Amino acid sequence: MYLADSRRTSTSASAAAPAHGPGRSARIAGTVLALGTVSLITDISSEMVTAVLPLYVVTALGVSPLGFGLLDGVYNGASAAVRLLGGVLGDRGSGRHKAVAAAGYGLSALGKPMLLLARTVPLIGLVLAVDRIGKGLRTAPRDAMISLATPPEQRGRAFGVHRAMDTAGALTGPLLAFLILRAAPGGYHAVFTVSSCVAALGVLVLVLLVPGRLLGRSDPLPTTARLRLPETLRLPGLRRIALCATLLGLATVSDSFVYLLVQRRLDLGAGWFPLLPLGTATAYLLLAVPLGSLGDRIGRRRTFVLGHTALLGGYVLLLLRPGSGLPLAAAVLALHGLFYAASDGMLAAATAETVPEERRGAGLALVGTGQAAGRFACSVVIGAMWSRWGDTTALAVMTGALALAAAAALRLLRPQPDHPVTEEAR
Amino acid sequence: MTLGRRLTVLLTATVLLVLAGTWTVLRGADHARQAHRAAAGDPPSEAGTVTLGPLPGGPRLLFRSMVWGPHRDELASVPLDHPGSTRTVSAPDCLRFHAAAGTGICLQAVHGVLEDHYRAVVLDAGLRERHHYDLAGVPTRARVSPSGRLVAWTVFISGDSYAGTAFSTRTSVLDTRTWTLQENLENYAITVDGKPHHAPDTNIWGVTFADDEHFYATVAGSGRTWLAAGDAVRHTLTTLHGNVECPSLSPDGTRIAYKKRVPDLPDDAPWRLYVLDLRTMAETATAEQRTLDDQALWLDGHTLAYALPSDDGTDLWTVPADGTGTPALLAPAALAPAVVR
Repeated sequence: MYLADSRRTSTSASAAAPAHGPGRSARIAGTVLALGTVSLITDISSEMVTAVLPLYVVTALGVSPLGFGLLDGVYNGASAAVRLLGGVLGDRGSGRHKAVAAAGYGLSALGKPMLLLARTVPLIGLVLAVDRIGKGLRTAPRDAMISLATPPEQRGRAFGVHRAMDTAGALTGPLLAFLILRAAPGGYHAVFTVSSCVAALGVLVLVLLVPGRLLGRSDPLPTTARLRLPETLRLPGLRRIALCATLLGLATVSDSFVYLLVQRRLDLGAGWFPLLPLGTATAYLLLAVPLGSLGDRIGRRRTFVLGHTALLGGYVLLLLRPGSGLPLAAAVLALHGLFYAASDGMLAAATAETVPEERRGAGLALVGTGQAAGRFACSVVIGAMWSRWGDTTALAVMTGALALAAAAALRLLRPQPDHPVTEEAR
Repeated sequence: MTLGRRLTVLLTATVLLVLAGTWTVLRGADHARQAHRAAAGDPPSEAGTVTLGPLPGGPRLLFRSMVWGPHRDELASVPLDHPGSTRTVSAPDCLRFHAAAGTGICLQAVHGVLEDHYRAVVLDAGLRERHHYDLAGVPTRARVSPSGRLVAWTVFISGDSYAGTAFSTRTSVLDTRTWTLQENLENYAITVDGKPHHAPDTNIWGVTFADDEHFYATVAGSGRTWLAAGDAVRHTLTTLHGNVECPSLSPDGTRIAYKKRVPDLPDDAPWRLYVLDLRTMAETATAEQRTLDDQALWLDGHTLAYALPSDDGTDLWTVPADGTGTPALLAPAALAPAVVR
C-alpha cells in the first residue's frame, strides 16, 4: 500500500489528496511529501558534486575546467527536448509519470559513480550532461504528479512545500561535501561515493513510496485520448501561460549574471562571491511555503506578478544603488529569493489549472521549456549587451524589458470570462 | 508489496547505503592520515628557513611541495643546480606560487567552519604576509613581474548552481607599491585581429609580465584563444597570435612558451608545449610529446620547466626551448616553480 493511498478519502481526480474541512488547515498529500523527499535527497547528491567539482578538477586532477561550458548550448537544447519527451511520455497512461520520473532520477544516479572513473574534462562533462538529461526527463512528470495528488485550491502550497524541500537539499549538499572533505582531506572519491549512495536512496524513495496511479481512472487511457504536443498547445489557457512564461523568461537575468552584478555593482569583496547563491537559496527556502499558501488565497496571477515585481525591485536596487555593500546585497538577494518563491511553484500550479489531467505532463513541459528558452535567450542577449555597452546599460534594458513583460503578463493572465476553469476568475 | 514491506526494504537499503558511505569516508580519512607519513622513496625534506632574497649559494628553485607528509603544500627550496638534494620546506601552504625580486605571491585555501575559501597573499622576502586579498574562486595561475612590483593571478569561477557546467576565469593585477587592485582584466579594451572585441564569453588567464607596464596573457572568446599583449597602465589587450594558452615570456623578452591546442590530438589530451618567436611569429614544437596543462617557467634563456600529473599530484619536468633534446625529470612531487636568484 502506498503512503498516499492510506489517506485516500474520495475517488475524485485528486484521489491522493487528504480531506480537509472548512477551518482546518489542509494537510499536504503524502505523494507531495514523498516527491519532496526524493527531490531533497537528489539535490543533496547533486549539489555535493557541484560544490567540489571545480576544486577536484583543478587541485586533484590538475587540469583546467574551462572546457565544461563549451557544449552548454547543446546541452540546453538537448535538455529542453528531453523535458518535452518526459512530459509527453508521462501522459501515456497509468503509472507512466512515475516510471518516467524514475528513469530520470535513475539516469542522474547512474552518473554519480561514473565520476569515480572520469578523470578528464570531456568525460566529466559527459557525466554532467547525463545528470542534466536526467533532470530534464523527470521535471515535468514530477510536477504532474504533485498537481494530480493535490486539489486545485491547495496546489500553490503543495508546490511551495516541494520547492522548499528541494532547496533545503541544495543547501545541505555542499555542507555535507565540505564535512566529508574535512574528515578526509583530499577525499573527493569519498564525496562522489557518498553522493552515489544518496542518489540511489532518492530513487528508492521514489520507487517505494510514491504511488504509480494518481488519476481517478485506473485504466490506461484509450489511444484516441492520448493527445499530442501540438494539440496540447491549442489549449487557450495553456497557450497564454506558456507565452507569459516565455516573455518573462526573456527578461529574467540568469542567476550567474545576478551574482556578477551584485558583486561588481555593490563593490563586494571577491571573497563574498561564492556565498551569494546561499543568500538567494535561504530566502527561497524560507518563503516558498508562505508564498505558495498566499497564492492559494489571493490568486496565482497576483502572486506570480508579485514575484516578478520583487525581481524588478531587485533590478532597480542594483541599478540605482541607494546604499552600498552588504545590506544592499542582502536586500537584492532576499528579493531574488522571493521572486523564485512566488513564481516557480506558482507557474506549475497555474499551468496545472489549465491542462486536463491526461495531458498534464505535456502542458507542464511546454511551459517549462518556453521559460527555459526565454531565459537562455536572455543570457545570450545580456552577455552581448554587457560586453558591448557595460553592465549599467544591460541592466537598464533588462529592467525595462521586465516591466514590459510583467505588464503584458498581467493582461494576458487577466480573468477570462469564457474560461471559468482558471481560478484567477475569483 | 504492503507499506510495511516497502518501509522495511527502504530502511534496510538506507542502513546499507549509510554504512557504505561511512566506510568510504573512514577509508578516505585513513588514507589522508597515511599520507601524513612520509614514504620511503620520497625526496627528503626538512623544515627550515626559505627566503625570496639572494643567497650566496647561487640560484634556487622554489615550488609547492607535493610530497605526502606533514609538509605537503608548503614551499620548498632546493639549489637550482642540485634539485634532487634535501628540500628546505617552510610555511605558508600554497596552492599556486610565484616569486621575483623579493616579492612572492601565494594563492592559498583558507579552511573555514562551513566552507573553504581562497585568498591571494603577497609575501615579502622572508615569506611574511604583506597584504592579502580574498579570491572569488579556485586559484589556477600566479605571476610576479621581474621587478617584483606587479602581481597577477587567475581563478576559476562557477557562478551557477544546479549542475552548472559553465566555468569562467577571472584575472586580477595588483600593484604592490600602491596596493591598487585591477580586479578583472575583462574590463580592459580588448582588440582582436585589429577590431574591438565584445564577446560575452570573453575569458582572460595566464598573465606573464615583461615589465611593470607590459604583459602578455591568453584572451579567449567565441571558442578561440589568442596571445594578447597587455598594458596595465592604458588598460588595453591586443591580440598578436592565435591558439596560445598560458603564455610564459623568456627572460630576454623575445619568446613565448605556451600551450598550443594541436588539431587531431584526443580531446582529453589536446595540448602540446610550443615556443613562439615574437619577432618572426615562428612556432617551434618542443620535444615534450605529452599533453600539459600548465604555465611553463623559463629556468634560464633556453630551458623550460612545467608540471605534469603524477601519483602524488604533479612532477616538474624540463625540456630545451629550441625543440631539441628530450624531457627530463626536474623534481618529483612538485608544482608552481619559481627561480630565485
